[in-house]
Amino acid sequence: MSGGDTAGRLVRPFTLTGGRTKPDRTDFTLITSVTAVDPQPDGGPRPQPEHLRILRLCERPVVVAELATLLDLPVSVITIMLCDLLRVGRITVRPPRPVSRTPDLELLQKVRDGLDRL
Amino acid sequence: MTGSDSAARGAAAAPDAVKILIAGGFGVGKTTMVGSVSEIAPLRTEEPLTMAGLGVDDLDGIERKQATTVALDFGRITIGDDLVLYLFGTPGQQRFWFMWNDLAIGALGAVVLVDVRRPESSFAAIDFFERRGIPFVIGVNGFHGEHPYSPEEIRDALALPEGTQVLLCDARERGSCREVLVALIDQLIATSARGDGAAVGPAAAS
Ligand SMILES: Nc1nc2c(ncn2[C@@H]2O[C@H](COP(=O)(O)OP(=O)(O)O)[C@@H](O)[C@H]2O)c(=O)[nH]1
Ligand SMILES: [Mg+2]
Repeated sequence: MSGGDTAGRLVRPFTLTGGRTKPDRTDFTLITSVTAVDPQPDGGPRPQPEHLRILRLCERPVVVAELATLLDLPVSVITIMLCDLLRVGRITVRPPRPVSRTPDLELLQKVRDGLDRL
Repeated sequence: MTGSDSAARGAAAAPDAVKILIAGGFGVGKTTMVGSVSEIAPLRTEEPLTMAGLGVDDLDGIERKQATTVALDFGRITIGDDLVLYLFGTPGQQRFWFMWNDLAIGALGAVVLVDVRRPESSFAAIDFFERRGIPFVIGVNGFHGEHPYSPEEIRDALALPEGTQVLLCDARERGSCREVLVALIDQLIATSARGDGAAVGPAAAS
């Protein structure tokens, strides 16, 4: 089953998302931080295994790109599953720091100090 | 004090996240640079191309086997409890450019790596950031630690906008990569302090 057929590899993840290929929320970026709600809400449908894996991984805040790597799934698939979890109130989401054309000095100075310590 | 800092600390207590892009042609040292400064081994995700916003027409002329996925690698630098910097290596091949738009959103700026043996492979990246007014610096990756050209010669050869910083670096060395990142941040600080928001580069389109 390890043949070079990439089609199989691409199809499988989307069976996890019920065949949907587009998230219904666009507010997940690569560095949007996701955290499981603690305690998890009672009731509602039982999360699927892949959803449970996400919930375990985001007991502490973790960004979308990291989740994709940890689960070896495309960001696009992760995003769809995160939409599901967000809809049923199992995760909270923190968008990245907004960056304007003139990012604030305090932020930049912090980044610079951090790089100096590297 | 902007005053927004404590209020913005969300219920999840997730740190703020910012990102810098590492761009340039294929094989120029992007992944190497990400790995040199990241506190974790460069992470990689594979995106199916069809999911990333490509219309069917866009796939014309692209070999199917090669067109199925695009790899994206990234690294992390924890600045503090409340701030994490992510570095994203942009996909090198031109046909993956549609991803750059997504990547560029919310980026502080970019490092464009150049290999002086084939500088043309980084023209497209320079052009991309210039057009969008995204701040960038040039990192000249001296393969085998060799730097046959001066920054001025490279600036001329690349027809860079006035004031573009050109830094000679070694993508394999953390200290060297850090200097390039610091140069970018210092440029942003200078711009921010001036408050004019003008990216180094050509005047805004009229
Ligand atoms: N000798 C030498 N090799 C390098 C240097 N930077 C990158 N490489 C090698 O060049 C190849 C391409 O680098 P990579 O970081 O994967 O390029 P990318 O395609 O831009 O991500 C790899 O085999 C690296 O090990 C360098 O400064 N000196
Ligand atoms: Mg690479």
